[in-house]
Amino acid sequence: MIDYQNVCKWYGDFNVLKSCSTHVNKGEVVVVCGPSGSGKSTLIQCANGLTPFQKGTITVDGVSVGDRHTNLPKLRARVGMVFQHFELFPHLTVIANLRLAQEKVLGRDKASATEKGMALLERVGLAAHATKYPGQLSGGQQQRVAIARALAMNPVAMLFDEPTSALDPEMINEVLDVMTSLAADGMTMMVVTHEMGFARRVADRVVFMDAGEIVEDTTTEAFFREPESERARQFLSKILQH
Amino acid sequence: MHYNWNWGILFALSPDGNTPYIDLLLSGLEWTVITGVCAWVLAFILGSIIGVLRTLPSHTAERLGFVYVEFFRGIPLIVQLFVWFFVLPDLLPVEWGSWIKQLRNGPFYTSVIGLAFFTSPRVAEQVRAGIQSLAGGQLRAALAMGLTRPQAYRYVLLPLAYRIILPTLTSEMLNCLKNTSVALTIGLMELTAQTRAMQEFSFQVFEAFSVSTLLYVLLNLAVVAGMRVVERSAAIPGTLAKAR
Repeated sequence: MIDYQNVCKWYGDFNVLKSCSTHVNKGEVVVVCGPSGSGKSTLIQCANGLTPFQKGTITVDGVSVGDRHTNLPKLRARVGMVFQHFELFPHLTVIANLRLAQEKVLGRDKASATEKGMALLERVGLAAHATKYPGQLSGGQQQRVAIARALAMNPVAMLFDEPTSALDPEMINEVLDVMTSLAADGMTMMVVTHEMGFARRVADRVVFMDAGEIVEDTTTEAFFREPESERARQFLSKILQH
Repeated sequence: MHYNWNWGILFALSPDGNTPYIDLLLSGLEWTVITGVCAWVLAFILGSIIGVLRTLPSHTAERLGFVYVEFFRGIPLIVQLFVWFFVLPDLLPVEWGSWIKQLRNGPFYTSVIGLAFFTSPRVAEQVRAGIQSLAGGQLRAALAMGLTRPQAYRYVLLPLAYRIILPTLTSEMLNCLKNTSVALTIGLMELTAQTRAMQEFSFQVFEAFSVSTLLYVLLNLAVVAGMRVVERSAAIPGTLAKAR
């Protein structure tokens, strides 16, 4: 579904991604973890062309992301993305947030976009908040709306870029629960997160990055039982201490 | 100082024999409003386009916007009006030039265009600032959903940017209205021009300028009140902006 081949990216002289290769199969949940500044977010943002990369190839559902001739808006419409800071549109109500791209990108009419939106709000437990504005919701609620907004496009895959990092601890679980249920439904997911409990429970594979390199790419079970690299061992011991 | 106050002069007939002075002032006010509003609408459209250009990733677009802004805000309004009115018609092919010179209400059209070009870079800079204050997250979220860049601007960035810059846009609108007074130099009979005319014919300078000062203040207050309504109706619930 998502395939990275020797992807390299530089910010000026700084080499953010060093020949990264990995893949996410259909229906698979892959967690990307690693210390901050390791390139995780950059890696995931390359998958829908939000961040350009200089070398290598990424194909999503058979479409090459880096190709100049690729219709990026069309590709992005098929890949949902959830951001660390939610990025709901503050001037639109919750339901209007869910409708916008359905109407403007997919060309759905208002009634069916609303219907689809309400069904998804129901799913994330926020149907009662449909006419509120994002600023009137808690962080956890906003992130659930953001997930619903991405799902409204019927994506073939979902990218999560640290979806719980900006949340208060008591709100993290409500978001992770939604993500867990998505995974259970067979959604293809690539998730950058520090939530190791979620990774252990939900992920099929774990990709561990450090300093722009993919250091480990292995099954979840193997990663938590016996990481191969010293760097991953150190990372896990730091993050799992408490 | 010895001065003969005579408020009755307002209702005395002006030299044309059938219009009281107060009507001259009011017709001046009318031209002020019409010129200011037309110039503002044009400046708002031009300024929005240029402001957006300056936020695009393309270097050419950015540079084009930069040149436009620095050119039109670097030259005094009065000079710009003179160039549009006196110089431009002579630079054009003779037929076009004489067509422009014979235009009815020529000073009005020239004032609108000159004032719009003078005001637009100031609008552009505010639009640019508004968009740039949004950081990158909103644009990335909009693009990630499959919206094209024009759609992202149309539905997300501009509605937010305009809300942010509404208070300063109001100031700009007031400036635009008041700057119409410079157009008296190219013969537009707006409020200040009519005031001076009244003063010259009647010698009642204080009455003339008292009334026109009052009219300017009332006009500005009306704009401020109108913009307050716009601000309130555009306020976003759940933010610090107060609705109602």
